[in-house]
Amino acid sequence: MPESRSLRGSVAVVGVGETPYYKRGESPDPEFKLALDAIIRACEDAGISPKDVDGFASFSNDRSDPSRLAAALGCNELRFANMQWGGGGGGGSGAIGNAAAAIATGMADCVVVFRALAQGQFGRFGQGPRRNAIAGEFAHTIPYGLMSPGQMFAMKVQRFMHDHGVEQSALRAISLASYHHAQNNPRAVMHGRPLDETGYDESRWIVEPFHLYDCCLENDGAAALVLVAGERAADFDHPSCYLLSAVAGSHYRAGAPVHNTPDYATSTFKTLVPRLYEMAEVDSSDVDVLQSYENFTGGVLMSIVEHGFCALDEVNDFFKKDNFLAPGGALPLNTSGGNLAECYMHGLGLNIEAVRQIRGQSTSQVPDAKVSMVISGPMVTPVSACIFGAEETL
Amino acid sequence: MSSAYLAPGLPAPAPSPDGLDTPYWEALAADQLVAQRCANCQGWQWGPEWICHRCLSSELSFEPLDAQARIYSYERVWHPVHPALKDQGPYLVVLVEFPDADGIRMVGNLLGDPQQEVSIGADVVRVFEHHREADPPFTLLQWRCP
Repeated sequence: MPESRSLRGSVAVVGVGETPYYKRGESPDPEFKLALDAIIRACEDAGISPKDVDGFASFSNDRSDPSRLAAALGCNELRFANMQWGGGGGGGSGAIGNAAAAIATGMADCVVVFRALAQGQFGRFGQGPRRNAIAGEFAHTIPYGLMSPGQMFAMKVQRFMHDHGVEQSALRAISLASYHHAQNNPRAVMHGRPLDETGYDESRWIVEPFHLYDCCLENDGAAALVLVAGERAADFDHPSCYLLSAVAGSHYRAGAPVHNTPDYATSTFKTLVPRLYEMAEVDSSDVDVLQSYENFTGGVLMSIVEHGFCALDEVNDFFKKDNFLAPGGALPLNTSGGNLAECYMHGLGLNIEAVRQIRGQSTSQVPDAKVSMVISGPMVTPVSACIFGAEETL
Repeated sequence: MSSAYLAPGLPAPAPSPDGLDTPYWEALAADQLVAQRCANCQGWQWGPEWICHRCLSSELSFEPLDAQARIYSYERVWHPVHPALKDQGPYLVVLVEFPDADGIRMVGNLLGDPQQEVSIGADVVRVFEHHREADPPFTLLQWRCP
């Protein structure tokens, strides 16, 4: 790949910020105020004034409009206002890629990537629609009781597990690792609420093959990252964290309506993975720590396989809790507790945790982490992923 | 309707306002299953779209779909995400494919015992579930093991 067409090292994350994370409906603040709070915290972390932010990027139709944000924050100038289309949580790393592209090409100098959610204020993700009639693609699924994200994705995961002989214990290992790491993380909504194998096994089915603990949380809060040109990274106080690559997209006809995509039982990442590693100039064996979006554990299962961390015929052996634990596991996974046990901020919390790992600031730190990867929103379209690297990786 | 698989109260299917899938719903009401087929390349296509994704022809029509269906994937739903299903208990949703119609797929319920063992790859038979007294009336396409 010509250097001029690569993001590698051209952009750095210099600030991260999060509101306190609340159970769904328990935020004392409305969604827009949560967004402002997270952005101000990220700017404080970076040591810059919010007035110097000149761009905003988000995903999944975030309701906090960038022009209103810029007005509220007194930004001197707005130069970039970007939305990654569709894909729900599949847009998290994509939004970072979009922000980075704007900075790398000189469209903007300081871009905030953010996501704010108040499901109590605006309605829950995990509920079916309340209306008398439904038209369009969903007319072909919702009247049959297939209407929530869990129900949409269980169909893919069931087929994948059937095709490859995957056991339920593989999904359980993912969940147990997230809950284990959340016990070290006082920000985590599930801090102080550990989960063991029995607790998982005895939890109720939501939709087979997902138990309760295979499903992400529903939360209120906001998260933000501040991005600037890589050449400025050394001017900031924290250890530098560079973006090595970012990719977004999906395979051939991934969006074919009514579950008709030709390659069905997939995390949707197969076509992205080669470009992800090529731009970063790393391979899966170079990744020190992984944050892999858990809308449902089955998505993590397929993501880890399709990103080359585990062969298909090794899944039942590789997907053991101990392999996924920091500091010493083979593949430390979701070290903040992730979407299952820290907070479901549509996955942007995973990107923040990946930055913390590069800085050495995680509550479940992987020693000397240099290459830190995020997989955003498996099974949707478009999906996205990114890799961060420490100074030594450039 | 007593013979319906799921409890009443879910959103009813309505033809798309732009008319894209109207022939499909009209055919179901008449106990017929149709799907889109391209007059130019003869390819089957589902869900409905305005052009053929293979040859980009807009000469698409809704043709009778007589091919055998089999279970491509399934799920047993336990947690109700809609108030109408509060007392439903578990139910089965199947994704069926038509291997002899370019592998197009459709979603429905698998009738019978919701706790039955389900086999991916098994043949299934179509059942037209009419809701004629609904306002407006509609028909669902369901499946059962032969």
